[in-house]
Amino acid sequence: MISGKLLKNIVMCSMVLLIITTAFIGIGCVDQTETVSQENTVSQENTEQESIIIKGSDTILPLSQAESEEFMIANPEKSITVIGGGSGVGIAALIDGEVEIAMASRMIKDSERENAEANGVNPVEYVIAWDGIAVVVNPENTVTELSFDQLKGIYDGSISNWADVGGEDLPITVITRDSSSGTYGYFQEEVLLDEEYRQDALVQPATGAIVQEVSQNKGAIGYIGYAYLDDSVTALALDGGEGFVEATPENIMSGDYPLARPLQYYTNGEASGLAKEYLDYVMSPTGQDIVSDVGYFPVN
Amino acid sequence: MSNRKIKEKGIESLLFASGAVTVVALLLLCIFLFRDGYLLFDNYPVSSFLTDTKWYPTADPEHFGLLPLFLGSVIVTIGAVLFSVPLGIATAIYISELANPKIANILKPVTEILAGIPSVVYGFFGLVVLVPFVQNTLKLPTGQTALTGSIMLGIMALPTIISMSEDAISSVPRALKEGSLALGSTKWQTIYKVTAPAALSGISAAVMLGIGRAIGETMTVMMVTGNSAVIPGFPSGLFAPVRTMTATIALEMGEVPQGSDHFHALFAIGSVLFITTFIINIVANYIKRRYRFNL
Repeated sequence: MISGKLLKNIVMCSMVLLIITTAFIGIGCVDQTETVSQENTVSQENTEQESIIIKGSDTILPLSQAESEEFMIANPEKSITVIGGGSGVGIAALIDGEVEIAMASRMIKDSERENAEANGVNPVEYVIAWDGIAVVVNPENTVTELSFDQLKGIYDGSISNWADVGGEDLPITVITRDSSSGTYGYFQEEVLLDEEYRQDALVQPATGAIVQEVSQNKGAIGYIGYAYLDDSVTALALDGGEGFVEATPENIMSGDYPLARPLQYYTNGEASGLAKEYLDYVMSPTGQDIVSDVGYFPVN
Repeated sequence: MSNRKIKEKGIESLLFASGAVTVVALLLLCIFLFRDGYLLFDNYPVSSFLTDTKWYPTADPEHFGLLPLFLGSVIVTIGAVLFSVPLGIATAIYISELANPKIANILKPVTEILAGIPSVVYGFFGLVVLVPFVQNTLKLPTGQTALTGSIMLGIMALPTIISMSEDAISSVPRALKEGSLALGSTKWQTIYKVTAPAALSGISAAVMLGIGRAIGETMTVMMVTGNSAVIPGFPSGLFAPVRTMTATIALEMGEVPQGSDHFHALFAIGSVLFITTFIINIVANYIKRRYRFNL
């Protein structure tokens, strides 16, 4: 029976190995297929890449989707895939070489730049549009304007009742995004001056969830990209030191509104090939018209 | 050796290999999880991880306090148990002992359909319907509370609890119940003095697995509990926002740079979560075996 036992063992071992190997080959293939299909679509005379991936900020996502759709209608043979996930996710993907363009609603951090350089990636920045961050409250709230000091107090925990900022006697429900959001980082830098958010702030995984909660909660306050602003919530006028300014397109474009920020694309080195064509399209008058349509503000 | 025997052995090894894959996968998963979690403690003391009351992963200096997240998971789970265990056991008793077969035949599959609803759907329902309801009924500053999460998780744990308790109750030998009835007990006396105690081990195991289901649930909890990393009071914490371990991992893993302390902290939380559910499963199994009803 020695041969039987041996046979049994050999068969068992090889089976286990086979299954594990298949699994790993499977895992390996997931990324490969994309590259293969890209290579297949390249025509013989044109060796340029015909498809790119754009990934990152959820704030820029609707804009990039609109831009890429129009771009692909104009250039049917080219393909652009747009993926959200947050500014940090996009920059991390650019550093790992997974994507050609990263979308970020904040500047690249020093730590990320160091990481990129360690990986041989050189992030180059392109500002494609401007966005305003609206601080929103429930339409029933009587407060219509806040100074930066008051806003900071609300977000760092020193002010917890609307009565302290001229409203009704109602506890403030403070809402933030999760830390993957570029808006989270931007707001922390501009309003909280890099201090920490209060510990008991509600953390929402998406901007839509902030609008939802503010629209149904009388005491809530949150911040959202201007494109997400609708009738279910009221945007506050803010005072960044030069008097109260309403969150209107004119004020954001003129730079008077204190929470206006650039939206940017990052590429590895100067953009080239399809990425450059796409960027040129975004910066063209047609592309900048789309920026306005989506609810953001053109660069010029 | 005959051809037939080789074939027999071949099939046997094939099945063994399939079984082994599960074990190997679990082993690899453990190694990966614990190794990455352990790396946190190179730069961050274990004692701070276990006792710090703050979770500020992106601050300077960083705070990776497990406590608010762990207790957040605990309070949401306790709430879910308080809600789902009485309801689940009552339903199980009704289905297996009282309902006429026609109704039982409808009720049982329907409770099992509950298990098939994706958790994000539960979360969406919770966010849109239950959150405003809780806020308005209880006059709270926000409806995104531990309680809301508990109710949603309770509903999600119901199918597990109902179907397992029902099995346990049905498997109580007929002779026991008939003996009790023959002695003149009413139906209700038989249920709570004879049937339920006899099925207790199965019911307890069902409850433990229900807890395991609740503590590991992510999407629903993330959508309805508000995710504030504060240490909840008890029972007042039920009416305030909390953040669970699962929600923390789901919320933050997107942003975190690979290999950073924050990254390893999330793995450390994952390890804690894994160990917790592992213990719960072992206890459930133990109860089930130790107190299995023997006739």
